[in-house]
Amino acid sequence: MIQLRLTATLIAALFALGLTSDRAVAQSSGGPLRIEITEGVIEPLPIAIAPFLVGAGASPELAKQVAQVVADDLERSGLFRTISPNAFISPITSFDSPVQYADWKAINAQALVTGEVSKSGDRVSVKFRLFDIFSENQMGDGLQFGGSAASTRRLGHKVADQVYSRITGEGPYFDSRVVFVSESGPKNARLKRLAVMDYDGANVSYLTNSDDLVLAPRISATGDQVLYTSYASGFPRIRILDTATLQQRSLDDQPGQMTFSPRFSPDGRTVLFSLSDGGNTDLYTLDLASGKRTRLTSAPSIETAPSYSPDGRQIVFESDRSGSQQLYIMPATGGEATRISFGQGRYGTPVWSPRGDLVAFTKQNQGRFHIGVMRIDGSEERLLTASFLDEGPSWAPNGRVVMFSRETAGASGGSSLYSVDITGRNLARVPTPEAASDPAWSPLLP
Amino acid sequence: MTPIVRLFALCMVLLVAGCASNRNGSGAAVDGLSGGAGAGMSGGVNDPTSVAYFQQSVGDRILFPVDESSLTAAARATLTEQARWLMNNASYSAVIEGHADEQGTREYNLALGARRASSVQDFLIAQGVSPNRIRTVTFGKERPIEVCSDEACYAQNRRAVTVLAGGGAGV
Repeated sequence: MIQLRLTATLIAALFALGLTSDRAVAQSSGGPLRIEITEGVIEPLPIAIAPFLVGAGASPELAKQVAQVVADDLERSGLFRTISPNAFISPITSFDSPVQYADWKAINAQALVTGEVSKSGDRVSVKFRLFDIFSENQMGDGLQFGGSAASTRRLGHKVADQVYSRITGEGPYFDSRVVFVSESGPKNARLKRLAVMDYDGANVSYLTNSDDLVLAPRISATGDQVLYTSYASGFPRIRILDTATLQQRSLDDQPGQMTFSPRFSPDGRTVLFSLSDGGNTDLYTLDLASGKRTRLTSAPSIETAPSYSPDGRQIVFESDRSGSQQLYIMPATGGEATRISFGQGRYGTPVWSPRGDLVAFTKQNQGRFHIGVMRIDGSEERLLTASFLDEGPSWAPNGRVVMFSRETAGASGGSSLYSVDITGRNLARVPTPEAASDPAWSPLLP
Repeated sequence: MTPIVRLFALCMVLLVAGCASNRNGSGAAVDGLSGGAGAGMSGGVNDPTSVAYFQQSVGDRILFPVDESSLTAAARATLTEQARWLMNNASYSAVIEGHADEQGTREYNLALGARRASSVQDFLIAQGVSPNRIRTVTFGKERPIEVCSDEACYAQNRRAVTVLAGGGAGV
């Protein structure tokens, strides 16, 4: 039986003893194969993704494509290292034949994924099994996923999500999408349009053209609607867009007022946003069914960038009421706000974790920008990144990873999307066809 | 000299409408929300009722210190001239664009730009310009006019620009 408890206290020992000693340490404590994601450096778990078998109706290319998505997802998480198939000793020839554990132990695979892809008409099916090599046990039941040929990558994401969740004990996140702003043109005349892609940058499609400046999209809990700010009227105003039909409309159109920074309530019924009137920016809600608008704050200071708690009962937002940008929490209906940020510098764009435990934010201090997380009482602040300009974190569905915009300096500077673990590990650029900003990570797809 | 002053000097030397048009052409992409009302529609910079004259001789923009929306003495002087011009040229309406430099988060800079535009609006109204002739818009950090990442550029980008609309055709 194996247990990898790569806790901070073990890190020094792991470094000293090397990777093979992980097992010695782990074996003495017993338990199933497990990566515990904690702070500090974690050695990625060596995992073998056997070439997926070509089942009835499928082509070798299709099987290869699905297995590649699984391998890429696990690698991208930073928690796994896929072993090159060139090192494999015994080929998997049948989905149901017994696993030769010794052959996988010999190449130091801690886990093995086997799979088979079949196709009937437009329908693709993928089944997989996950094995703990050193305990010589299957981990959980084999599962089968099906979908249209167009959703082939999603089937790979679902397999990878199962592997990730079974080994880490964390929620899945690979089968998700990201709405973002795709950018082109020079810095002083930037063109922006809304786009959507798989969480890993694949399957990009565009939701708007770049005729009008658009900013900061937010996706609904069901993933079928997007809120964003558009300058279509010449003034910043919130619009709502249906991702299936691409139909869009202005939410609220009061002359002289500007609205931006919208966010859906967890139940999707209410839009929380900021509104500038006479130079003063405050927080409001709009009931989507009735159109009723409610003012939540009435202060001469700036109140903006609000985000709901997962239960919808509280709001975290930024305000300069103390004299500089800081983070506050208040009831979702308004009322007294409690300041939670007290470190050096300015804090903005707070986003409540889907797990409810953390707030991710942008911090500006001494000319540098950081993405950070803190507990909701403001304790245990942890900066995850540092650069010329990082901003606007958005949570992965499992609350373990955030995606954000990073802009480089200078006349030729541009924005890209990056993701990073809440441990500060595994900073990675998310590939996009053009420059990109303002990512909004969807919930796990249904 | 600031780029604007340099440009103004260049226009004075050339004294041709083409210079003003170019200025407005690039301005349309950066600052010209209302678009249509450019220098080309009215007289050149020598015509004191023209948009070109307003932009270059009166001065269509003021600058702000870092994270400030209060008006400097220089800004008040420019805005006093703007107010006088607007009262003498009552067929124009104006949209005040508030802008921020790139040092700041997107949402905060939108709110800051709104504050800056509002400061200008309040000042012009106090000087006697009719409130119904002035609207405000914030662009936050979305439309820098200078693109370097140094204070020299940031100072030009922390601005409020008075963009005219209407003119000869009325509002």
